[in-house]
Amino acid sequence: MSSTPLARFERVTRRFGDLVAVDDVTLDIEPGSILGLLGPNGAGKTTLLSMLQGLRRPTSGTVTLFGGDPRDARTRRLLGSTPQETALPETLRVGEVIDYVGGHFPDRVETDALAEEFGLTDLLRRQSGSLSGGQKRRLAVALAFVGRPRLVLLDEPTTGLDVDARRVLWDAIRHQHELGATVVVTSHYLEEIEALAQRVIVLGEGRVLADDSVARVVAEVGVSQVRLEADEPDSLDALDGVVRRDTADDVQVLTVSDSDAFVRALVGSGIRFRNLGVRGATLEEAFLALTARRPADELVSSHGKELR
Amino acid sequence: MSTIASAGPSLARLTLLHARYQLIETLRVPMAVIGTLVFPALALVFFVVPQRVVAENPVYATQAVISLAVFAVMSNSLFGFGLAIAENREKPWDPYLRTLPAPGLARVLALLLSTGGLGLLAVVPVIAVGGILTAAEASPARILAGFVALAIAALPFMLIGTAIGYSMPFKAAMAVIQIVMFALAFIGGLFLPPLLFPDWLDVISRFTPTRQARELVIWAVEGGPLEWWVWVGILAWIAVSLALALALFRRDEGRRYR
Repeated sequence: MSSTPLARFERVTRRFGDLVAVDDVTLDIEPGSILGLLGPNGAGKTTLLSMLQGLRRPTSGTVTLFGGDPRDARTRRLLGSTPQETALPETLRVGEVIDYVGGHFPDRVETDALAEEFGLTDLLRRQSGSLSGGQKRRLAVALAFVGRPRLVLLDEPTTGLDVDARRVLWDAIRHQHELGATVVVTSHYLEEIEALAQRVIVLGEGRVLADDSVARVVAEVGVSQVRLEADEPDSLDALDGVVRRDTADDVQVLTVSDSDAFVRALVGSGIRFRNLGVRGATLEEAFLALTARRPADELVSSHGKELR
Repeated sequence: MSTIASAGPSLARLTLLHARYQLIETLRVPMAVIGTLVFPALALVFFVVPQRVVAENPVYATQAVISLAVFAVMSNSLFGFGLAIAENREKPWDPYLRTLPAPGLARVLALLLSTGGLGLLAVVPVIAVGGILTAAEASPARILAGFVALAIAALPFMLIGTAIGYSMPFKAAMAVIQIVMFALAFIGGLFLPPLLFPDWLDVISRFTPTRQARELVIWAVEGGPLEWWVWVGILAWIAVSLALALALFRRDEGRRYR
């Protein structure tokens, strides 16, 4: 019994007019793990989940949830999910929102217990329109767990949160997973998938690009971004670990595989530089660096936009 | 793994659950509720009460009050359902509710209860104003019968509003509802009594849910014979508009692109 997948996509394609959002995807979601769905914006993550939620029909292929059709409401009794945007009805109080969603499930977590778990106890009487971004996110994620689901879909659960709020939510998600829920979490932050998931599926342009353990995928796409201003930018290309260099105004934007090694090499090389900044690349940048190269002007404009 | 073990809440419980929170959401914006409750009574004060020929004749006044009551219920139904649904489809909370284990029927029935109930409540001030300021008259039992008739006759309007809400965006729904509402009101004899209609218009009029609603409520309040086409027409409109609303609900995937 346990080997039967909770959900299954068989050769699933979903088109929106001319756009192919999901392209011939076949995959199983097995019980037990936290599965990361990783990909840049527009990769098809949300479309994939919306078919599992019964919101959209595949153009071709079949989607199976708990052995049934996700478009049948009864099939979804053990499925929990979170709205992607902070979409809570503003006039309802936090406790009312929890009861509204919880009332759909045969075996629900009591409001007080759920509030305790997600740090909402002091907010139960507040209207959800008055919550901060982080509080709304906590409530939204809590809603996914109110029906004691076996499978939980979290679509970018911590987008827009600061580091502390993000860690609080991660802890709550891990705890729920230990209690027995299988969790699918989408993100375009590599860090988030690293912190939560064991298995990761990388999507790009609607196709599965990789389906592997987190450690192996991280090794493949784990790159950092270094920004600096330099007098002789061309000589940067020769340094250790530079995957790509782009120029936006006077700033050099370097994608490097190992930022520590790069900085050591940079200092040792004697190249004069100013305003050095290092950060982990977002997944989008990692994909840009590691997948097929695009025309240079397109790259510059995408970085220029970000530099504003 | 076989299909799910425990049965979920019944359709009736899910319907009441949705109706309850829809009502709470509406009541948290009191101005919207007050507008709904007061507007039809004001229309009576401005358009019927000053016309003493109508207002002082018990039969005419009663029919005028009934016509306005039908108009109030119709406009509340078309706007309440059509605009609420079209608006919700453009908000991300609605697609989220659709991922929960509730069948489409529960949500449609919940709207009938909550918005439909508020619409019927809006008739109370119309009756009060009509009773005090005009010669309209009816016994309490007759008024109660009128309410029941009004509730039944309102179903097609609610379902037509539902169908409009699910078939087009908010701004288009706004325009279409206004056209549908005034066309149905005029042809159905809510503005001008059907007595003044030429024969061909009278025949067309009998096919409209507004005319059927008007006749049904007049029959319930004033007595007299009930033509067969009134109740057959209402049942047919309910069947057709319910099928259409359900089909559009199932087809709907919200307005978001992905």
